Amino acid sequence: MEGLGYPILSTLIFLPIAGAIAILLIKRTAETFIKWTAFLISVITFILSLPLFIGFDKTTSEMQFTETHEWVPDWGIRYALGVDGISVLFVLLTTLLTVLCVTVSWNSIKEKIKEFYAALFLIEGAIIGVFSSLDLFLFYIFWEAMLIPMFLLIGVWGGPNRVYAAIKFFLYTLVGSLLMLVGIIVLYLNTGKTFDMLQMMAMNYPYAMQLMLFWAFFAAFAVKVPMFPVHTWLPDAHTEAPTAGSVILAGVLIKMGAYGFLRFSLPLFPEAAKDMAPVMMILSVIAIIYGGIICLAQTDLKRLIAYSSVSHMGFVTLGIFALNTQGIQGGILQMISHGVVTGALFLCIGMLYDKTHSRQIGDYGGVATVLPIYAAFFMVFTLAAIGLPGTSGFVGEFLVLIGGFTAWKLMGVLAATGIIIGAAYMLWLYQKVFFMDVNPKIEGHKDINIREIMTLLPLIVLVIWIGVYPNTFLSFMDVSVQNLIDRVNTAGMVEIETTQEVTEMPTEVIK
Amino acid sequence: MIVPIPDLTPVTPEIIMTVSAMVLLMLELIVKNKSIIAFLGIATAGAVFYVIPMSYGETFGGMFISDEFSAYFKFIFLINLVLTILISLKYIQRQKSNYGEYYSILLFATAGMMIMASAGDLIVLYLGLELMALSTYILAGIKRHDIKSNEAAIKYFLLGAFSSALLLYGISLIYGLTTTTNIYKIGEYLGEAGASPAVLLSMALIIAAFSFKIAAAPFHMWAPDVYQGAPTSITAFMSVGPKAAGFAVIVRVFYVAFAEVQADWTAILIGIAILTMAVGNIMAIAQTNIKRMLAYSSIAHAGYMLLGIIAGTQAAVEAMMVYILIYAFMNIGAFAIIILLERGDELKDYEGLAKAHPLIAAIMLVFMFSLIGIPPTAGFIGKFYLFKAAVDAGYTWLVVIAVIFSAISAYYYLRVVMNMYMKELKEEAPIYLTPSLGLAILITVLMVIIIGVMPSTVSG
Repeated sequence: MEGLGYPILSTLIFLPIAGAIAILLIKRTAETFIKWTAFLISVITFILSLPLFIGFDKTTSEMQFTETHEWVPDWGIRYALGVDGISVLFVLLTTLLTVLCVTVSWNSIKEKIKEFYAALFLIEGAIIGVFSSLDLFLFYIFWEAMLIPMFLLIGVWGGPNRVYAAIKFFLYTLVGSLLMLVGIIVLYLNTGKTFDMLQMMAMNYPYAMQLMLFWAFFAAFAVKVPMFPVHTWLPDAHTEAPTAGSVILAGVLIKMGAYGFLRFSLPLFPEAAKDMAPVMMILSVIAIIYGGIICLAQTDLKRLIAYSSVSHMGFVTLGIFALNTQGIQGGILQMISHGVVTGALFLCIGMLYDKTHSRQIGDYGGVATVLPIYAAFFMVFTLAAIGLPGTSGFVGEFLVLIGGFTAWKLMGVLAATGIIIGAAYMLWLYQKVFFMDVNPKIEGHKDINIREIMTLLPLIVLVIWIGVYPNTFLSFMDVSVQNLIDRVNTAGMVEIETTQEVTEMPTEVIK
Repeated sequence: MIVPIPDLTPVTPEIIMTVSAMVLLMLELIVKNKSIIAFLGIATAGAVFYVIPMSYGETFGGMFISDEFSAYFKFIFLINLVLTILISLKYIQRQKSNYGEYYSILLFATAGMMIMASAGDLIVLYLGLELMALSTYILAGIKRHDIKSNEAAIKYFLLGAFSSALLLYGISLIYGLTTTTNIYKIGEYLGEAGASPAVLLSMALIIAAFSFKIAAAPFHMWAPDVYQGAPTSITAFMSVGPKAAGFAVIVRVFYVAFAEVQADWTAILIGIAILTMAVGNIMAIAQTNIKRMLAYSSIAHAGYMLLGIIAGTQAAVEAMMVYILIYAFMNIGAFAIIILLERGDELKDYEGLAKAHPLIAAIMLVFMFSLIGIPPTAGFIGKFYLFKAAVDAGYTWLVVIAVIFSAISAYYYLRVVMNMYMKELKEEAPIYLTPSLGLAILITVLMVIIIGVMPSTVSG
């Protein structure tokens, strides 16, 4: 795994950041040059991230591609990076989606172009930093620093109500993060004054402290995911953000919350996580059903997809807090799938919006007649969002349901109804927009061009790939997830025995 | 009878500062170019900086102490002085207040702060405090023909005199009880004799007096009006210098003289800290004038700094000292940007600034996010250090309150960013960029970023 000759994770973090600075130095009027530079930076970053996919050792749960340097020795802070089976796919997803964000913004961003791409790359660097930090302090720096460019991205290039949405996003996230900061400080002081995450994972904190810290970290992660009842920033932020912003938000940014649960809440506070799991599962199921029902009442395309994210992320947290192999693997796969599918849906809506400048469902109708290629792409993503077998959405949700059912039957059953609601709103959306009579407002528009097709094509490939052969992706996380579950189970009690037996079988079925 | 001459080495920095201030006052009569006086002021700061490390020791029978603690604060005062002079140069011309004594009085004020930081005796402390206070009253009112400036000066003077009276009352009480005004001897005496209600009364009076100086609630009333009315360069000066000096004497007086009643003053300071954070952060939200907003923000920051005193550990006091240094850079930086703009006093003046002057807007953005405490800026490192020390000392609950208030604070700082980046430019926004002002902005923004990215610069 080592011996690539260069620190790959540092490169992935700082190449985009350096790129952002470089773009800011280009002359404002050289618009085409700015766009091509941005495209090049994103593609190079993506290519440089591929060794993670190829060179990853799937047989170990150890951290790989690690880098460690002293940073602030007085405070026990190190610059430590590394990925394991849980985080590696998110890094790849981030680099891929950034490329697509650049291409989709080609013509739709007309003002302050260089600042836009700079902000985008700063976000990319910070998100990769979040997914690969092995030092809690470093993690927090990236986690918070990301707020600044994201705030600007929504607030400067967003829709009519963008300022409200940007401030709401910032404040919600900040409150949660600051509570986590206090938690981080408490952890630090109780781990012999170090921020080393691996060392923390080897600790067994007293139960009362675990419980307190669990809720402190919950504040940060639940807002990010977002879990019910702190989800209200998401519809505003997703709706008002520019297309690229929505894609990054839905594609990777909200995954940071769920990743936080996996990386910190479960291994660091296993006993508290186990005891709080029922509460988390109930909140997840509420998000699934409530988010779905709200979708039925939406008249704005983007807002509908935004609320569907609440519902889909409910599946993710349900899987995670089922605390068994299928649940967690399903949760991670669902995150990847949701990143791809929802990212794609936002891209599609962005393309449509560029043509018609309307997001109202009522302004459409008969799009399939006018834009047939576009309609075909949208159909695939719609089906994936519903969770049709053969698409990525199915595998993740199915695994989550198995996991959820094993852990708590009632929750599994209730969550399954969420899929039905999902089918209802997505098909209803598709029918209203693409079928029926051609709305005069959209007549005469050209179908999507080759740039747009090339933007969507990689995502179609991924949707089918994950749907047909999920093992490519599941194999990355197998060992790491098993290790995580062992960690949770061996901490303290013995009651998990029952779920352990059922664990092996259904995974095999999927494979 | 021969009076022995006391050892003057420990007071050399103060002597240089004071003599230079007087020389500048004379020079003002002959030198027409005020910039020369300004540069002499900076040169003085350099000379003082150079002699401080050689001045360690006690003198005047323990009334004056020059140690590492006072040296650190003097370092902050000098930074404050130099940055203030740099941002003042052209600004006071624009304000039609280009008097040579402006710089001289700045030096006097700084000398006063330095004496406060080194005071080993309550009387010396009072002398320093008055020197500082009287100088700042004048500076606040230096725009002689401006009603607002006059109002600021008179308000500051009246409330300041009131707080001085409280301080003197507290000092005389403690003198009556212990027969000494030496801070260390008071500590020893109280250590043997124990606390009495009169000691507590004296302590409460001294707390009230110092709270005026650091603008802590409920003794903060003067700050918004004075900050708004005073020339902006002086507002920058006042928001850092007197506050830092106030914290220096709080540490010395409470940890040494009132060590016996630590539990009592800690309890009072906890109340003051929470109230200060609440008042500062909540009132700031309603402001439309950025100087007023920064006044309330400065009140709020005093609340955070108090956490370092409350926590009571060595690390916490150090964290508080680092926080003041970081605060000096980000706050003076923000004021420097206000000075840079011809119209920069009102929040609406910032609308569309990012379009007219992208770089200036970006720098202001750095200062605003630093004041919120978002990484990777110095403001985050300061807060982190402080909160870490406070949690270590067992004040987790207080830190939770502090972080909730700093989340609230994000709202009003973000409004500046929002105006700059998300509103349309209404009219031209002319700027007055001079080399000295540019230098001050460059120094402050670089320090904010360097400390943010490499915390090792302050962690040791």
